[in-house]
Formats: sequence, C-alpha cells, structure tokens
Amino acid sequence: MKDFPYTEKKDTRSGFGAGLHELGKTNPNVVGLCADLTPSLKMDAFAKDFPERFFQVGIAEANMIGLAAGMTIGGKIPFTGTFANFTTSRVFDQIRQSVSYSGKNVKIAASHSGLTLGEDGATHQVLEDIGMMKMLPHMTVINPCDFNQTKAATIAAAEHDGPVYLRFGRPSVPNFTPADQKFEIGKALMLNEGKDVTIFATGHMVWEAIEAGHILAEKGIDAEIVNIHTIKPLDVEAVIASAKKTGAVVTAEEHQINGGLGESISGVLSRELPTPVEFVAVMDTFGESGTPAQLMEKYGLKAENIVEKALKAIGRK
Amino acid sequence: MSFNITDEEVKKLEDVASQVRRDILRMVHGCGSGHPGGALGCTDLLVALYFKEMTHNPEFSMDGKDEDLFFLSNGHISAVLYSTLARAGYFPVPELATHRKINSRLQGHPATEEGLPGIRMASGSLGQGLSVAAGAAQTKKLNGDDKFVYVLMGDGEQQEGQIWEAAMYAPHNKVDNLIGFVDYNNAQIDGSTDEVLNLLDLGAKYKAFGWHVITCEKGNDMKTVLETIQEAKAASKQGTPVMVLLKTEMGHPIDFMVGTHKWHGQAPNDEQLASALGQVKETLGDY
Repeated sequence: MKDFPYTEKKDTRSGFGAGLHELGKTNPNVVGLCADLTPSLKMDAFAKDFPERFFQVGIAEANMIGLAAGMTIGGKIPFTGTFANFTTSRVFDQIRQSVSYSGKNVKIAASHSGLTLGEDGATHQVLEDIGMMKMLPHMTVINPCDFNQTKAATIAAAEHDGPVYLRFGRPSVPNFTPADQKFEIGKALMLNEGKDVTIFATGHMVWEAIEAGHILAEKGIDAEIVNIHTIKPLDVEAVIASAKKTGAVVTAEEHQINGGLGESISGVLSRELPTPVEFVAVMDTFGESGTPAQLMEKYGLKAENIVEKALKAIGRK
Repeated sequence: MSFNITDEEVKKLEDVASQVRRDILRMVHGCGSGHPGGALGCTDLLVALYFKEMTHNPEFSMDGKDEDLFFLSNGHISAVLYSTLARAGYFPVPELATHRKINSRLQGHPATEEGLPGIRMASGSLGQGLSVAAGAAQTKKLNGDDKFVYVLMGDGEQQEGQIWEAAMYAPHNKVDNLIGFVDYNNAQIDGSTDEVLNLLDLGAKYKAFGWHVITCEKGNDMKTVLETIQEAKAASKQGTPVMVLLKTEMGHPIDFMVGTHKWHGQAPNDEQLASALGQVKETLGDY
C-alpha cells in the first residue's frame, strides 16, 4: 500500500477560491456570482481583485442561476457560489430549464456539501445533490478530494464547454494530490493498485479510502483505490477494468446511498460485469448537528466502515 | 416625445401581425393543442419588436453580439414567437406546420435543444425569464455592447417568486439596458388574475422595487405599441430598468376568443378555425 504524504490539511472550498482567483487572472470571460456567502465560498479574493466581474446577488438563489444562464449569452463563463443545498434542491428547476436543458455554460460551485458541514444540521447538509445533478442531461458532476484537486478542477471546469456541478466542502482534509496536477474531467485516478478489492471513492471519502487501504494491508488484503472525482461522465472503462481485476467493489461517498456514486458504479457493473458491490454512504436518512468527525463516525463514513464493507465484498466473491 | 413612426409602417406591421395571427390559429389547430389566447394578444408587440424596433440578425448567432435580444419568459405562447421568427427570416415558414409535433424544432415550449434559430433559452416553467434577461443585459454591459435586452412575461407569471428576486436585483445593479413587458391581460388558466391571486397595483410594485414603469393602455393597437417601445427605449440607460405593463386582450381580435380566459390553452376545432380565419386576413401567404 502506497503512502500519500502531505504537509498540511486544507479545506476544498479554499481550493475553489484559489482556482477562481487564478481564473480571474487568466480568463477575462470568467465571472463570479454569489448569494451572500462570499467568505464561506472563499470567493472574496476574486471579488476584491475583479470587482467588475463579481456579482453579489443577495439571498436569491433562483435568480442567481437565471442570471448566470443569461450571462453566458455573449460569452461569459459564470461561476455561481452558495452552499450545495441551496444550489441544488432549492433551484433544481432553474438549473434544469435555464442551464441544463438550455445547454448553458454555467459552473455551479457548491460548498458545504454532505455531513461535514457539521453543526448547522440537516437543513444545510445536502446528501442528495449528486443524484439530482447527475440525472440532468448535459450536466457534468465533479467532486474533488482535496485542496489541490479542487483548484485544478475549478480551472478545468472553466475550460470545459457546458454546465458543470462542482461539489466541495468545509472541513480541512489532507492535501495530498500534486499542486501542479492537470485535472482531466471524466478520468478516474488510480491511487493504489491492488488485486483483492477495489475501493471507488469520491470527495472527502478518498482520504478515508486511503486510510482503509492501510488497515486492509495490515490484514494482508491488497486493496485497489480509485479516486472517482468525476461522477458524470463516469470513467466506465476504468470501473470495469478494476472490477474485473479484483472481483469485489466498495464505493465510498458522503452522500445518500440513493442517487450517488455507488448507484452509478453498480449500474455499470450490473450491465457490464456483475460484481459484488458494497456501499459506504448515508443510508436513506437525514443528518443532524455535530462536529464533522462525530457525524462521519455516527453515519458510518469512516475508514473502518470501508474496511468492514471491503471484507464483506470479498466474502461475496 | 416625438416618435419615429409613419402611417405606412403601421399599415405594413398590421399586415404582418394579421398573418402572424393566422399562423398562430393554424398552428394550434394543426396539432390540436397549444395556447392561442396569449399568443394572439401579444402578436402586436412581437411584430413591432422584430419588424421595426429591434436590431437583430436572422442569420442567428447564440451570442447575439451587437444585436438586441428578446426572451420569451411565458413560453407557452410559443406560437407567436415561432411565427414572428419565421416571418422575419430565421427559419423556413413551412416549418411552422411542425409545431408541437414529433421530431420538430418547434417544441411546445421554446427550446434550444433542437437548435431552432432565434431561441436562446428554454422557457415554459414560469418565472425564469426576467433573471435570464438581466444576466444577458449585464453581459452586454461587460462586453461594451450598447444594445437592449427585452423580455416578455405573463401577468399570471408575476405570481412566481423568482420574478421578484430579479425585480429586486436589476435596479440595485443598474441594469438599465433591460426592458421588460408584462402581458397584462388579467387572465390565467383558472380565471382572471384578480380572482386567482390578485396582482393589485402591479405598476406600484415595480416602482417600489426601483423600476421605471410605463403603462400601455392599448397593447393591441400597433401605433400605440410602437410608441410605447420607443418611450421605453428613451427612458432606458438612465440608471434604472424599464417595465412596461402592456394591456392586451387575450385572443385578440377573434370575437369568440376575447373576453374570457378559456382560450388560454385550447385549440379551435375546424368550424372555429374557419370562423377565426375569416376575421384576420391573409397578407403574406399562409404556410
């Protein structure tokens, strides 16, 4: 099992802020919109340095999505920013009609996704957003794992022609991917090659998967770990190739079991290569208030849970 | 103010409007469904915009650089937009016969998916067009493009919350190249807007939100409509967006369609079509 050294923990939302600020310097067509959460989204540097391209829309998310769709007409590349909950379930119809169905080049930046938003509780902890967004035709769904990858994904989203849902979060997590990485939308990243079981993980759960890999190695189990940063389009080829090699699969995500990464992967495998799949996800329930660590433990989203499901999947071979 | 309108122009535009109304009636009859009432009521506005007041290019480009843009937020009156676009040269007039039918570019509600020239945004789920238009208007400002962005909404549509998010945003951000129209016919599916959910003093509401408000009492009189658009343009680019309350008659001028909300979403049968076509003359040739 490979080691993944890192020097610091950072929040993925700051990776977005850094990527957006970089885009402000390099791409004059990039504009930012925010619904009264500029510091939370780490959009303040962009707002300060590119004020003519930053639009404060107030607490009016539906209008923000519509504005962004309209701004694309004439060549702008809008990034909208608010919490994941307020930019998916609250405005699903606006995204569906004005962005996705209209094929507009809007980048929907979603922070504070999942349980790790923490103390604010279930009103704010959206666990259904990946499902909603991946169901929309034309939509690309990205959920990077650390600061560096989120920054790279933000830049890649601007280069991609079409609507993108970019999901990230609040907690500080190990920043272990390369600072100079080129982010390829739709390309699964092999983190550790193994032969006994594959762990497909996305977002914050990638680090948990790495920790699970170490625990499994101590038990003599050789886990393959794949970072699925793009849930749609899914890297079907990589999923099938890995499942073929290991014959057992675990998916890990900070999302409902319904509608998430696990569902996408099991869908592919049931069609192409029936394989035992176990799911680490939130099991069709709402979250609650607590610290991120407490919540991840209570709802079964820790490395230990991945290990348990890996053993179960192997047992089903 | 003085207006740039000649009697000959008015006559010519009235002829175009007459043909557009025939197209609308035949289109909704042809597929047995659709929304003739609002489409007929807004015909004079769309013809005035596309055949006189807007700078636009039927060689369609999505970005519409250095062109005036028009967004139809109340997408259910698509028939009037399709006919106007076809008659203005955006796509072949015979294609109007495919409206609302399988494999058509003329979807029940306007869409970009099939690539119909002239459509920049899907609409139909109500309340979204004012936001989109405000965004497009801001991009024009960023691009140094001095053209206008127009948007048409229904009056029933004013019941949607998103409208008021956009209504608050546009004046605050001085989106003064944006001209909105409300098709103020006091009719929606379940009855009059007064009965369903009263808009009360809609003009006062927009004024309170910071808009320059113009009320046009005769939205089915071509000369008055032209004057109203020119007045709206003259009031623009002075720091505030402009909203025009355009008083129209749903179903205008078909005698059995006016004075009721019942023709909001119903197609005429063969006899009704014949009667209606007898009331609007063929001026440019039916498709």
